[in-house]
Amino acid sequence: MTPIAIDASAMMQGLYCILPEILIVATALFVLFVDLILPEENRRILCGVSIIGVALSLFTVFAMGPGKISGFSGAVVHDGLGAFFEIVILSACALTLLMATGYSEWEGTHKGEFYSLLLLSTSGMMFMAKGTDLMTIFLGLETLSIPIYVLVGFHRHRMSSVEGALKYFLLGAFASGFLLYGIALMYAATGTTKIAQMVPMLYDARLAASPVFLAGVGLLLVGFAFKVSLVPFHMWTPDAYEGAPTVVTAFMSAAVKAAAFAALIRVLLLTLGGLQPVLWKVLWVLSVLTMTVGNLSALVQNNVKRMLAYSSIAHAGYILVGMVSGDVLGGQASLFYLLVYAFMNIGAFGVVMLIAQKEDEGYDIDNLAGIGFKYPALAGLLTLFLVSLGGIPPTAGFVGKFYLFSAAIKHGYIWLAVIGVLNSAASIYYYLRIVVYMYFLPAKGEVPVPRPPRIAFSLALCASASVVLVLGIVPSSVLEFAERSVLSLLM
Amino acid sequence: MMEPTAYLLLSGILFGIGVAGVVARKNALIILMSVEIMLNAVNVAFIAVGSHLGDPTGSIFAFMVMTVAAAEAAVGLAILIAIYRLKETIDITELSVLKW
Repeated sequence: MTPIAIDASAMMQGLYCILPEILIVATALFVLFVDLILPEENRRILCGVSIIGVALSLFTVFAMGPGKISGFSGAVVHDGLGAFFEIVILSACALTLLMATGYSEWEGTHKGEFYSLLLLSTSGMMFMAKGTDLMTIFLGLETLSIPIYVLVGFHRHRMSSVEGALKYFLLGAFASGFLLYGIALMYAATGTTKIAQMVPMLYDARLAASPVFLAGVGLLLVGFAFKVSLVPFHMWTPDAYEGAPTVVTAFMSAAVKAAAFAALIRVLLLTLGGLQPVLWKVLWVLSVLTMTVGNLSALVQNNVKRMLAYSSIAHAGYILVGMVSGDVLGGQASLFYLLVYAFMNIGAFGVVMLIAQKEDEGYDIDNLAGIGFKYPALAGLLTLFLVSLGGIPPTAGFVGKFYLFSAAIKHGYIWLAVIGVLNSAASIYYYLRIVVYMYFLPAKGEVPVPRPPRIAFSLALCASASVVLVLGIVPSSVLEFAERSVLSLLM
Repeated sequence: MMEPTAYLLLSGILFGIGVAGVVARKNALIILMSVEIMLNAVNVAFIAVGSHLGDPTGSIFAFMVMTVAAAEAAVGLAILIAIYRLKETIDITELSVLKW
């Protein structure tokens, strides 16, 4: 047998293409190793090490620029879209780690495995955002999910945490089964798992109408819908979000959603040309259902964490609005909204985390009564994040929603935009309900004393708040970046 | 080379059995087993199509699926043990701390 020749320069290019991921994985392994030799009381260093790793990786992403580098015979590609989502995911990870400095101290999660699982999950997300082969996307999805299952159940002596983990795990594994079967059917119909090779075949009417292929696309969509929690595949979301340690909830709501949407956008934008006539109806229905059910369920929640979980379902519906139109304008709006959403949602969870004294009961809305004038900084920040989630100017949430709905209108989906606007009007009710509790209701008994935030924690909150405000006032440069990212995909 | 239709039919039936198991059973361990059946149904489809086309992608994919299934089973069983230690049951209808 002749040995297989290895093309050294192609290998180097491949490794260069995944350099940010390599850095993250290396940091994760390093953290695990340091955890072994570090004495118990110095565990706080681990968080610092993780933050340095994430910062280095973020720097590498910027240094590599948005130019297109493909590696490993087209299994991964570093392009504008990949770079954009890597920035979103790494920022979400950095914010989570900054908050974890404080959270770990209160809840005892200062453990090597906590940080390394968080980093490994981040690396999976980055691969998912960069995958151009369905195999890479699947492996990225699993590398993302498996550590998250563990993180959700990290408080293994708290029933709600373990229960959330079990529900998330069972439904997540079930969903990966669907996703995989979809990929298998697509492979059976086209003979390839590479998206780039699949695209030209889609213009062949026989393939686009073949039941095997359509069933494959449908099952793939179901798998993704589970991961981004679109109605009717959202049952796990509230339970997993409520049960998980709050830092993990914040991370999941922002980063997991961004990664799954990245892969979905890549697949949909590239294949929509051939499948647009069938697919837009499906996406339209999913989007309307997700927005409406998410918002209506959030209206009746009394647990803030659970309310934010339903609100995150509704936001997946808004982001899908941009994908119904399936072109640059809509894609750009979705990308921008995902970025903004990451910052405002992590910020909101961060403040709630400080006010709630303990997991489980601490997140009851009554707990917020009377906070407003006693702790003006915290209450002001929470108000800002909630106002942005509700989509009220001059915050970034408003700009994001404006572009999403105007993209829908430009393509003639007037009803979709109308339903979206009505939904976001309804959502303002439950966001402002929290504000009313904070400022206008007297506390029942003692006003709970929020945990004193550490410097890192305050830094994370200030960074999120400034992003929300700055992008609300001058969004143009980030919007251009999003547009270039989508264009780089289509070229 | 035999047409893959028969194999695809087999994998469809296996997948259906897996889905039915996940939906109908109450024991978390059986649900986990049903998920494994679903993943193996996918493997059958991949290997059949790959060998029909003479393309190694299908077989490689099946290896990846097996690896992922092993990792998932490890994590899933760990979560089940954690549940069992707290509640002494793994019946999913008994899990009701979190609702509405």
